[in-house]
Amino acid sequence: MSYLDNIVFAIVLVVSIGYFAKNVKKIIRNIKLGQNVDRTDNSAARCRNMTLVALGQKKMFTRPIPALLHFMLYAAFVITQIELLEIIVDGLFGTHRFFKISLGGFYTFLISFIEILSLLALIATVLFLIRRNLLKLPRLNKEELLGWPKKDANLILIMEIILVLCIFTMNGTDEVLYSLGNSHFEGIGSFNFAISQFLGPAFFGGLSEGTLHILERIGWWGHFLMVMAFLNYLYYSKHLHILLAFPNTYFANLKPQGEFDNLEAVTKEVKLMMDPNADPFAAPAEGAELPAKFGASDIQDLNWVQLLNAYTCTECGRCSSVCPANTTGKKLSPRKIMMDTRDRMEEVGRNIDANKGVFVPDNKSLLNDYITPEELWACTSCNACVEECPVSISPLSIIMDMRRYLVMEQSAAPAALNSMMTNVENNGAPWPYNQQDRLNWKNEL
Amino acid sequence: MSENLIVPTMAEMLAQGKQPEVLFWVGCAGSFDDRAKKITKAFVRILNSANVSFAVLGTEESCTGDPAKRAGNEFLFQMQAMMNIEVLNAYEAKKIVTACPHCFNTLKNEYPELGGKYEVVHHTEFLKSLLNDGRLSIEGGQFKGKKITFHDPCYLGRANKIYEAPRDLIEKLDVELVEMKRSKANGLCCGAGGAQMFKDAEKGNKEINIERTEDALETTPDIIATGCPFCNTMMTDGIKHKEKEKEGEVKVMDIAELIANAQDL
Ligand code: SF4
Ligand code: SF4
Repeated sequence: MSYLDNIVFAIVLVVSIGYFAKNVKKIIRNIKLGQNVDRTDNSAARCRNMTLVALGQKKMFTRPIPALLHFMLYAAFVITQIELLEIIVDGLFGTHRFFKISLGGFYTFLISFIEILSLLALIATVLFLIRRNLLKLPRLNKEELLGWPKKDANLILIMEIILVLCIFTMNGTDEVLYSLGNSHFEGIGSFNFAISQFLGPAFFGGLSEGTLHILERIGWWGHFLMVMAFLNYLYYSKHLHILLAFPNTYFANLKPQGEFDNLEAVTKEVKLMMDPNADPFAAPAEGAELPAKFGASDIQDLNWVQLLNAYTCTECGRCSSVCPANTTGKKLSPRKIMMDTRDRMEEVGRNIDANKGVFVPDNKSLLNDYITPEELWACTSCNACVEECPVSISPLSIIMDMRRYLVMEQSAAPAALNSMMTNVENNGAPWPYNQQDRLNWKNEL
Repeated sequence: MSENLIVPTMAEMLAQGKQPEVLFWVGCAGSFDDRAKKITKAFVRILNSANVSFAVLGTEESCTGDPAKRAGNEFLFQMQAMMNIEVLNAYEAKKIVTACPHCFNTLKNEYPELGGKYEVVHHTEFLKSLLNDGRLSIEGGQFKGKKITFHDPCYLGRANKIYEAPRDLIEKLDVELVEMKRSKANGLCCGAGGAQMFKDAEKGNKEINIERTEDALETTPDIIATGCPFCNTMMTDGIKHKEKEKEGEVKVMDIAELIANAQDL
């Protein structure tokens, strides 16, 4: 009978981790729907990027106040995982504060540190809630955030608050119990944790022993269940970034931002066209794979880094708040580009799940059903969004690939661009001037 | 009437068996746009006065393909690129200087993979190196004490991380360099990039160049300095829209023009 707790605990743990693993597999499969692109070069620079941008949150600090608040949450999140480890050991083996004896004084320091960070995280969370819901910061109140994204953001903040309350309930009641000599931890005295040694007596002093034990368990189980819930919630949330920020910054583009890739398939064709000795009617070489299409109209045409980007996006809207098109009222919002890409990827994923592992065409595509040409044509390719993104996402690369599809597959460029392109083709300049007049400026006054 | 600019072409150089120190890539705007042609000439005047051996391709130059590529037309871009690379390689071009950040970016970053490997520098970097080598001296002249703000072109700044060369040159003019609230990596686009120059903007509540001109005017400058012919047009239009130019209050000038005019070249 006394093992019931441990059995329930083990089941919750296994089911949670199992379900999470299943979703992780789904994420990996969906990302692999993308085209291949090689991002294995220069691992030293990639590691440096990951350390600075994901671990060190370098880009966040361009806006110091939210950066600091975010950092508190982040630090608290990372270090509470040590407490989780203890909870897992205690839960499985029926021990209590298993690390205390082996770690000794360091244990007191560690838990005190967790308590201080938790308190800071609590403050940050409340301020974030106020900022998001009362201050109406423009970038956090844009159209694309209506509905689920907004709920998602608030929900996670509330979960965070509950988690912190659980930590303090657990430690506070245990402190009182310990001072009475009734803690599951042997002996009598004070745990000397930075906050709960005061907070415990103040809030829970005077309660009956039975109530204290119940509250302690509520805090303990609450903490554990909250973390397991959070783990499984990640998949459905923008908070996936706490995991994916790492691979995403590792695989980020290292080339100059102005350098757009030269489509290889196009190079082959252009070389063939320009080579006077090539036989234009020759059959394509054996094994030469022709691309299905030029540019991208759906998620399968994007590369896996772009899809990883979409899963990593935190929906913070920093990109859109610096986008010249977005801030002057145009429909384009780089954040929406990323959110649409993820939504479509999820839709395709569900389609595959429902059809025994194969995608059955659904007459929809990322282009038009999610992202409109009007949005795509508003981009000045200025790279402000790329520069600004705290997790090294490039909305611009998706915009460019979709423009390529519009132009090369559908000849659907705006009329003015078509005449620009005709001019380039015929006159070697975007304007209708004769190439022979290129040096006329030399003799003009 | 010509102003006696000495502008040799690569073909002429080759005929004399000479290889210039640097090939000046003029670009479409620099060749055809009335405003940008002034920048081209100012730059040539500096090159002439500093005795730099340079040459242009002249009628053999063609669009780099940048606007086609940013518009999504990779075919057209690569055709342009390969034709240009053929010409450049035939002349064994080594070092290229250009006053257009779009040409600069494309030649520098996108041509190498297609077989065009050159040392490519923006004219502000090139002028800076002339200055460092003592081949060029810069004085304030008519601009002494003036307030100047510099608008970072996206394809020079964020795209290629060149922020200091233009600023160093401006400071040499004995002027007060003031920064806009959005500058360097946080600079705001003038609205012309990504082939936007050649089409109307999508519907919104403001033109981007107006927004950017307002950033510049906030610093109450005498001159808005640019390093890109397209930015120059956008900012000039912005100033006209704000009707500042009528009274001659605020001028938009390329850094090459500032230097050439300060020296009365
Ligand atoms: S690159 Fe395009 S989407 Fe990104 S900030 Fe500039 S205009 Fe906006
Ligand atoms: S793309 Fe980057 S900057 Fe934009 S919303 Fe997503 S995480 Fe934020």
